[in-house]
Amino acid sequence: MLVRLLTVYLKPYTRLLVAVVVFQLVGTIASLYLPTLNADIIDNGVAKGDTGYILQVGAVMLAVSLVQVVCSVAAVWFGARSAMGFGRDVRGGIFTQVGRFSAKEMGRFGAPTLITRTTNDVQQVQMLVLLTCTMMVAAPITAVGGVFMALKQDVGLAWIIVVSVTVLVAAIGLIISRMVPQFQRMQKRLDAVNRVLREQISGIRVVRAFVREDEERERFGVANDDLTDTAMRVGRLMAYMFPTVLLVLNVSSVAVMWFGGHRVDQGDMQVGSLTAFLSYLMQILMSIMMATFMLVLVPRASVSADRITEVLGTEPSVLPPVGPVTTTTERATVELRGATFAYPGAEDPVLRDVSMRCGPGMTTAILGGTGSGKTTLLNLIPRLFDATEGEVLVDGVDVRELDPATLHSIIGLVPQKAFLFSGTIRSNIQYGKEDATDEEVWEALRIAQADDFVSALELGLDSPVSQGGTNFSGGQRQRLAMARAIVRRPEIYLFDDSFSALDMATDARLRAALRPITLEATVIVVAQRVSSVIDADQIIVLDDGAVVGAGTHDELLESCATYQEIVASQELVEAA
Amino acid sequence: MSATQQAPRRPAGGGGFGPRGGMMGSTMPAEKSLDFWPSARRVLGLLRPERALMMLILVMSVVGVTLNVIGPKILGNATNIIFEGVVGRQLPAGVTQEQAVEALRAQGQTELADMLASMQNVVPGQGIDFDALSRTLMIALVVYVCASVVMWGMAWILNGVVQRTAMRLRRDVEEKLHRLPLSYFDTVPRGELLSRVTNDVDNVQQTMQQTFSQLLTSVLSLIGVLGMMIWISPLLALVALVSVPLSMVVTAVIAKRSQPLFIQQWTETGKLNGHIEEAFTGHTLVTVYGHQATSEAQFEERNEQLFRAASGAQFLSGLIMPLIMFIGNLNYVFIAVIGGLKVASGQMSLGDVQAFIQYSRQFTQPLTTVASMSNLLQSGVASAERVFDLLDAPEQIPDPETPAEPRHTGGRVAFQDVSFSYSPDTRLIEDLSLVAEPGHSVAIVGPTGAGKTTLVNLVMRFYEIGAGRITLDGVDISTMTRDELRGQIGMVLQDTWLFEGTIRDNIAYGNPDATEEQILAAARATYVDRFVRALPDGYDTVVDEEGGNLSAGERQLITIARAFLSEPSLLILDEATSSVDTRTEVLVQKATTTLRSDRTSFVIAHRLSTIRDADLILVMEDGRIVEQGTHDELLEAGGAYSRLYHAQFVGAYDDDLADPAAAPAGMPLAP
Repeated sequence: MLVRLLTVYLKPYTRLLVAVVVFQLVGTIASLYLPTLNADIIDNGVAKGDTGYILQVGAVMLAVSLVQVVCSVAAVWFGARSAMGFGRDVRGGIFTQVGRFSAKEMGRFGAPTLITRTTNDVQQVQMLVLLTCTMMVAAPITAVGGVFMALKQDVGLAWIIVVSVTVLVAAIGLIISRMVPQFQRMQKRLDAVNRVLREQISGIRVVRAFVREDEERERFGVANDDLTDTAMRVGRLMAYMFPTVLLVLNVSSVAVMWFGGHRVDQGDMQVGSLTAFLSYLMQILMSIMMATFMLVLVPRASVSADRITEVLGTEPSVLPPVGPVTTTTERATVELRGATFAYPGAEDPVLRDVSMRCGPGMTTAILGGTGSGKTTLLNLIPRLFDATEGEVLVDGVDVRELDPATLHSIIGLVPQKAFLFSGTIRSNIQYGKEDATDEEVWEALRIAQADDFVSALELGLDSPVSQGGTNFSGGQRQRLAMARAIVRRPEIYLFDDSFSALDMATDARLRAALRPITLEATVIVVAQRVSSVIDADQIIVLDDGAVVGAGTHDELLESCATYQEIVASQELVEAA
Repeated sequence: MSATQQAPRRPAGGGGFGPRGGMMGSTMPAEKSLDFWPSARRVLGLLRPERALMMLILVMSVVGVTLNVIGPKILGNATNIIFEGVVGRQLPAGVTQEQAVEALRAQGQTELADMLASMQNVVPGQGIDFDALSRTLMIALVVYVCASVVMWGMAWILNGVVQRTAMRLRRDVEEKLHRLPLSYFDTVPRGELLSRVTNDVDNVQQTMQQTFSQLLTSVLSLIGVLGMMIWISPLLALVALVSVPLSMVVTAVIAKRSQPLFIQQWTETGKLNGHIEEAFTGHTLVTVYGHQATSEAQFEERNEQLFRAASGAQFLSGLIMPLIMFIGNLNYVFIAVIGGLKVASGQMSLGDVQAFIQYSRQFTQPLTTVASMSNLLQSGVASAERVFDLLDAPEQIPDPETPAEPRHTGGRVAFQDVSFSYSPDTRLIEDLSLVAEPGHSVAIVGPTGAGKTTLVNLVMRFYEIGAGRITLDGVDISTMTRDELRGQIGMVLQDTWLFEGTIRDNIAYGNPDATEEQILAAARATYVDRFVRALPDGYDTVVDEEGGNLSAGERQLITIARAFLSEPSLLILDEATSSVDTRTEVLVQKATTTLRSDRTSFVIAHRLSTIRDADLILVMEDGRIVEQGTHDELLEAGGAYSRLYHAQFVGAYDDDLADPAAAPAGMPLAP
């Protein structure tokens, strides 16, 4: 998955990447050339006492260093651009893909993980690309080049390279392989500690009300000890790392001196070559160490890549029509004909064979317990889902044939969770109608019973709304969300349990204010409280995805057992 | 959007190992601490309990670094022995070193003669002295092995110190949470607080782990290496020293240039993430309101801006390594040339030059380490500052030293002229007085924001009142310990908080000493038993944090069972406004009725039955009790309650309401 993601998304950067490799190659060769020049100075300059030669070679070394730095800088430039461009493209890819998702796919993934995948996971893979471009590419080149150059100095000592590289790789590999599972365990224990803290903060009232501070402290203590225990193990393994690497490096140099000394003595090798060989060996070992450390990033990036490709590979289940219908014959009508909806692979459908018709001026209430399919039914109308069987018609046209823009312009939806966008109150209301004037906005706020608290705010319509609208109470958010739908003056109003966060008095006032503007519109309300639906023109009672009753309050009171049960539970009978 | 999602994510330093922290460190958010040195000192202060070990670590670092530093010098001696052997072999046997030098001078090879003259152990005609070489190399080997062992021991001890310190810090933070007044939790956003106790504490630990040992060894190495270099050749040391300010200047210049780009990168990341969060969380709205194209265009723009800032920042910070390497290479060239000239003129031995080259390499490396640590340190100390901020936050008033004993005479609660506000500039509750007789149920009604929840919070002593007093059975609650007070009160909130654990454990939360029998009895009395039996794991079902596997009603029932098990003499209940599914709703209602019987109870009431059956109804508006009495009395009085009652419960039947024209008139509570 990682490889596929990289090949697809790095393709536009092929030329940049080739440039990275070329520059790294030249740069590495340049830096590998330095010890050879140094050897040259010793053997042909120092040993012969030729100062002119020393200066001459010194100048060459200077030039080589210059080439090296220019190449490195160029490689960093191209590397940074390709890695960041890669990140940008993958993010864009995910964002566009998620934009095409229907509520079904959104429900399957959930917003939080999609957010993490677009941000953190992309970041992980991007980091790998960047480090590969700036450092990892150079490592194998240095290693191969270093071996080549070292062999050019002396073949007889080649075995020292083989032995020391093997020992180094084995030692680091052993330490890392033991560390990786501990790391995973540590992450889990860190999560556990953070979970306890999170629970304590969110449940602080409960903790205090039940006087459980001591037990909480103990619960945290256990998690904390567990974490410390694992962190200690990881740290101890890590403590081996640096001294081991150092030891391998240093023992290798001692070996080179000893065996090299013998070869020099036998005239097989020059002293300068010995020094150069030592330099190359150090460079080889350092680059291998670097590469090993970098490889640790690969499993992490690979997990991230899997999560990214999963999103990119998920086909949206709701696709726009090929020949969209843009004109409708009816106005403000919604009809369901035998609509059934089931999640793929699910045994029972969420909605079963639902038929209903709503016309202009009509208020339809949908009532039922949790999980009875109310929200699913509502979501079929703006085509957030497609019915698996049967059809859904808006203004007389099957929603699957209707142009999405046309369909959406007809509908004003107030979702169950009142969600506001960051910005101002004005920008949030204008979300419903981009060119709404201040009068229109205030009118919508008035109808939604939000004008009083908005006008009480110092900045009025310009009051800032934080992300998610967290600076407003649940009831206020809900009313603002309603105003957002009302400002559109849509043909079809969809209220998904939108009245639940309001106290009953506000609820009643709001419904009364809605009435004059909905005389020619269709209103469909998902509700929990019988008092909210009592004067609806028709009430659809859902139970387990099927319609078990339809009619007015009085009709249902007589005919529908489920309805009676609901009413009884809310004691409205007595109130009347 | 959960708070966890909002908590800023700070990239961890690659789990502790990586390319010496350099690259990773530079991608940290550019967070500056407010007051670096005092805070840094305080971080060091955290180590006080480990003082003895820290001294040991210091000694071990000195020993380890010294051993590492003399290594190259010994290896340089080995090179000399080899070189002398090579030179010696070229000379005719039987002559002395002096004679050989003379001979060379006579041939006009003055430079070679100078070099030979400076050598110590040249025996003309003889090759390499392998006895001397093996002795020298053995010493080098011993030195290196010892160095590694000492370094390893140091890392081992340091690890323990850091982990224990982090553990203590986490413990202090957790304990602090329990001593903070509730108002603290109201004022600090939850995401922010969570981020402090988790991310920031982690960051402090990571910083300690990554910087302490490296910083210590790096600084010591710098000193040691410099010492050796000066000892070998003051002139070459001077050349090498030039690279220090040069490296520093390069790092500083780049850091200064890249800092604004990094800040830009992080603000752009924040903006982009915010946009992604909104677009995904509000996906339904974006779709249905037809904002897909606008949203995508905005995303494109921010994504592009992030790309620009990020590639700039990464490029600039990526320059540090190559440039410092270049400076290192320059150094190398100069030392090679100058050293070569000095060897040729006999002022220096070849081994010394070789050793010097190695030293100069060792010199640039800790330099880059220190440079790259500065980012990490900044971010770590900034995190520490936020943690210290939390630790320094004012705590709640301690419990009285000689607390009053409650009388346990049935739970009579009285408010006498109580005033309270969350912040000094706003007034909430003023001069409030009320009495709840033992066993009575008190229903609190009123619009949102009237102060209903505040009222019950005061009974729990979650907040300190500004004036007046609250008594339980005649004893002022501020003279009791909080535990004593709260131990007598059971609370069921709308926010159905459960912790991650089994259903059994969650019920037992109400009373840790409860037997299995008592737990089951509580579960049966509150209708938890019925749905738990239907779960495959029964009471061992693990409730996850978001409670996805239980319905809202079922969660509510568990919180009721929890309160039931605690057998309180006083009950506080916040009725759920948004009712759960109807069948569970009936059960919740029955369960709360069971729970309320024979107990004094305060209920923030939404259900008509609760209100009507209450012994006392408090009608609250704007923090005041505007009316109190029974249902019938209040209806008769025809005041606020009567209006509220008609609007909420009877209003729906009012025929006038069905007629849009008459609607405004039919709205008694309209402002």
